[in-house]
Amino acid sequence: MGIAEFFQHLMNGLTLGGIYALIALGYTMVYGILKFINFAHGDILMAGAYIGLFVFDGLRGDAPLGTWTMIAFFLAMLISMGFSAILGMSIERIAYKPLRGATRLAPLLSAIGVSFILSNSAAWAFGTHSRKFNYPFDNTPVHIGDVVITPHQILILSVSLIMMIILKLFIDKTRMGKAMRATSLDQGTAMLMGINVNRVISMTFAIGSALAAVGGILIALDFKVYATMGTMTGLKAFVAAVVGGIGNISGAMFGGILLGLLETFGVAIFGIPTGLKDTIAFGVLILILLIKPEGLFGKVEKEKV
Amino acid sequence: MILLETEALTRAYGGVVAVNKVDFEVESGLITGLIGPNGAGKTTLFNNMTGLDNPSSGKVWFNNKEITGYPAHKICRMGIARTFQNIRLFKELTVVENVMIGRHFKTGKSETKGRFLNAVKSYVMLREEEEEIYEKALDWLDFFDMDASKNELAKNLPYGKQRELEVARALATDPKLLFLDEPAAGMNPQETDHLMATIRKIRDLGITVVLIEHDMKLVMNICDTITVLNYGQKLAQGTPHEIKKNPSVIEAYLGKDEE
Amino acid sequence: MLNFFLLILIYSGIYALMAIGQNVITGYGGMLSLTQAGFFAIGSYATAILTTQAGWSFWATLPVAFLISALFGLAIGLPTLRLKGDYLAIATLGFGEIVRNVLNNWDSLTNGPMGIQRIPMPVILGYTINPYKKYAFLVMVIVFVIIAYILFQRLARSRMGRALAAVREDEIAAQSMGINITKYKVYAFILGASVAGIAGSLQAAFTLSVTPGTYTFMVSVMVLCMVVLGGMGNFKASILGAFIIQFISYFPQLTGLSSVIPPQFKQILFGLILVVMMIWRPQGILGREATRYRKRAVSTTGGEQ
Repeated sequence: MGIAEFFQHLMNGLTLGGIYALIALGYTMVYGILKFINFAHGDILMAGAYIGLFVFDGLRGDAPLGTWTMIAFFLAMLISMGFSAILGMSIERIAYKPLRGATRLAPLLSAIGVSFILSNSAAWAFGTHSRKFNYPFDNTPVHIGDVVITPHQILILSVSLIMMIILKLFIDKTRMGKAMRATSLDQGTAMLMGINVNRVISMTFAIGSALAAVGGILIALDFKVYATMGTMTGLKAFVAAVVGGIGNISGAMFGGILLGLLETFGVAIFGIPTGLKDTIAFGVLILILLIKPEGLFGKVEKEKV
Repeated sequence: MILLETEALTRAYGGVVAVNKVDFEVESGLITGLIGPNGAGKTTLFNNMTGLDNPSSGKVWFNNKEITGYPAHKICRMGIARTFQNIRLFKELTVVENVMIGRHFKTGKSETKGRFLNAVKSYVMLREEEEEIYEKALDWLDFFDMDASKNELAKNLPYGKQRELEVARALATDPKLLFLDEPAAGMNPQETDHLMATIRKIRDLGITVVLIEHDMKLVMNICDTITVLNYGQKLAQGTPHEIKKNPSVIEAYLGKDEE
Repeated sequence: MLNFFLLILIYSGIYALMAIGQNVITGYGGMLSLTQAGFFAIGSYATAILTTQAGWSFWATLPVAFLISALFGLAIGLPTLRLKGDYLAIATLGFGEIVRNVLNNWDSLTNGPMGIQRIPMPVILGYTINPYKKYAFLVMVIVFVIIAYILFQRLARSRMGRALAAVREDEIAAQSMGINITKYKVYAFILGASVAGIAGSLQAAFTLSVTPGTYTFMVSVMVLCMVVLGGMGNFKASILGAFIIQFISYFPQLTGLSSVIPPQFKQILFGLILVVMMIWRPQGILGREATRYRKRAVSTTGGEQ
C-alpha cells in the first residue's frame, strides 16, 4: 500500500468514524445516566434524516447549488436536530420513565418496542423505497496529490469535529454538564444535592438525539434515506460506544473513529469482502466484550456485595 | 480444631490494599467475631473466603483442604454458607422457595451415581424429590418460627424477618461453617436479643459461626473469640475480655481522629 | 376461510415452540436473547438440506435439527453469558444476523437467497402428512407443542426451575447457595435453542421450501412479544401469546382487509404491545406461573414498584 492509498483509506475511515462517533455519543450518554441501552437510538437517527431531507427539499425548491442550498442544508439540520431532540425526550417520557426502578429487562423490552414502532411507522408513512438526499453543494472530488477528497467528507469531518468540541465544552464547563456528570456517578446523591434528575435525563436524551440526527443526515448524503437505515448504523455506533467504554464520552468519540478506520482498513488491507463489512463490527464487539468488557476507557464496575 | 484458616491473605484493588496479609483462623464449634472500623476490610475478607472475590495473594484453608480461588458455589457445597450485609434475598420468590433454593445442591446429584442417570432420576421422580426439599425447608422455617409466612413473597417480610430468612436459607445448605455479615444491622434491641439467642441455638446445632458486627453488646456477649481488623490488617485476636483491654484496639476505635 | 384459520393455528403451534424456548431463557432465566430466529433458521435448514441433498426422511432430520441448534445454543451461550443483560441482547442479535448472512452467502450449501425448494413431506407409518391438507399437519404440530409443554413444564417445576429463578433474582446470592450459575444459564440457552430448532424443522416441512428471508429479526421480536404478552415464566402463557400474535399477524388477510390495512400495521402493533405491557402489565396476561408454594399470584416482574 502506497502512502497515497494509505491516506485515502485514512480519510475514508475518519469520515465514516466521525459519523459513528456522533451516534455513539447518544448511546453512551444515556447508558452513563440510566444504565440501559436505548435500542431506539438508531431509529431516531432515521427520523432525523427524514426530517432533514424533507425540510431541505422544501426550502431548496428548484434552486441551483449555491449559497442558498448550503444555508437551506444547515437550516434543515438545525430543525431536524430540534425535532429529534423533542422526539428523544418524548420517547423517554412515555416509554422509559415509567419503568425506572422496574426490573432491568423492562426498559430494554420497551426500547425494542419503540424501535419497532418508529421504523415501521416510517415505512408506513414514507414508503419502503429509499430516497436520495441531494448534496447541497457540488460534490466533485478534489485531488490533493493522489488522494481524492470529496467536499462531503470535509463537511462530515468539520461538522462532527465541531459537534464533539461543543459537547465536550458543554459537559465540562456548564452547570448542566456538571449535573449530568454528577447524575451519572450517583443518581441518588445527585438528587439530594438538589439536581433535578428528571431534567438531566431529558436533556441527555435531547442532546443524544440531536447528535444522532446530525449523524443521520451526514450518512444519508452518501447512503440515502430509508426506514430501516438506523438499524445497522445504530448497531455499529453502539459497538463504537462499547469499544470506547460505554458511559465514557471521549471513549465514544475514539471508539467511533477507531471502528470507522477498522472497517475501511479491514476491507482494504485484510481483503474482507465488502459484503461481510458489517460483520467486522460484530467481530470487534464480541472480541472486546470477551477481552475487555469495560471497553478501552471504561471503568470496571463491580457489584457491591 | 481449626476449621478455617487464611494464610497471609491479601486483596488489593489497584493500589488500594483492602486486606493486607491477614492470618485469620476459625476454631471449630465456636462463635468468632470479626470487628473493626468501617472500611477495615471485613466484608472483603468474607468475600475472599467464600469465593465471591479472589485474593491477590495468600491462601485459604477449609477442613485441611486448600480452597483458594474456588468458585462460590463450590465453596458453598463444601460446607460454608453466608448471609449478606445488604440483604440479598430472592425477593420475588416466596419465603419457602427461598429456603428451598438452599437445598438445591443437596438433591439431584450424588457422588456414587452418574450425573446423567441422576438427572433422569430426579426428573422422573420429581414429586418425591420436591416433597423432600419442601419438608426440609419447612423444618428450617420452623426453627425461626416463620412457617406462618411461608407463602409470602420475601420482599414483603418486615426487615428483621428478612435477615432471619437469609440465615434460614444459608442454614438450609447444611453448612459446617456459617458467615453472618452484620446480622443485627437495622434491628431494634428486642430483635437483637432474639438474634443472639438464635445464633447460640445455631452454634448448639454444631455449626461454627463467624460474624461481622458493629453492635458491641452483641459481639462481646456471644463471641467466644474475636479478631479485630484495622486498615486491612489484623490488629488483635483474643477473647472478648482481652479485646476490651487491648490498647491498640481501643486506639483504633476511640483514639484516632477519623472515628 | 377455514383453511386460513387452520394455517394460523399451525403457525401458532410452530411459534409456540419457539416461544416456549424463549420463555426458558427470558422468562425463567431472566436473560434477554434476541436470536430465536437464528435457531429457527438452523433447524429449518438442517431439515431442508438433509432431506433434499442426503435423502433423509423428515423424522430422521428432527434429532439432527435438535442437536445442531442445541450446539449453537451452547456455542453462543458460553462466551456471551459473561455479559450483562443489555450486552447479551446485542450479542445475540448479532448472532441472528450472522446466521442469516451465512445462509444468504453460502451458496453451495444453502443455495443463497434463492433458498431450498421441494422439501419432501413428512411420512408417518405410510401416511403422508400433506401440508396442503392442513388437518393432519395441525395434529402433528399440536402433538409437538403438547410434548414440549409437558417436558418443559416439568423441568420448570423441578430444582432446575428454581435454580433459574435464583439466577434471575440475584446471581450473587444464587452462587452462594451452591448454584453453578454459568451451568444453568447455558442449560437455559441450550434448551431454548433446541426447541426453536425443532420448530424450524416443522416450518420447513410445512412450507416445503426455505429462504433466508423468512428468518429475520422480526421473527425474534415476534417470539419475544408472545412471551411478554402471555406472561414471562409461564409456558401456557407463551402458547396463548403465540396464538394471539399469529392471529394479529394474519388479521388483515383473515378479514379480507389486507388492501386497507398497511403491511406495517402488525409490526407497529408488536412494538406497541412491548411498550404497553411493560408499562401497564409487565407480568403479562396470565402472569408468572403460580407454583404450589405461591398460592396467591401477587408477583410482579417489572413496572413501578
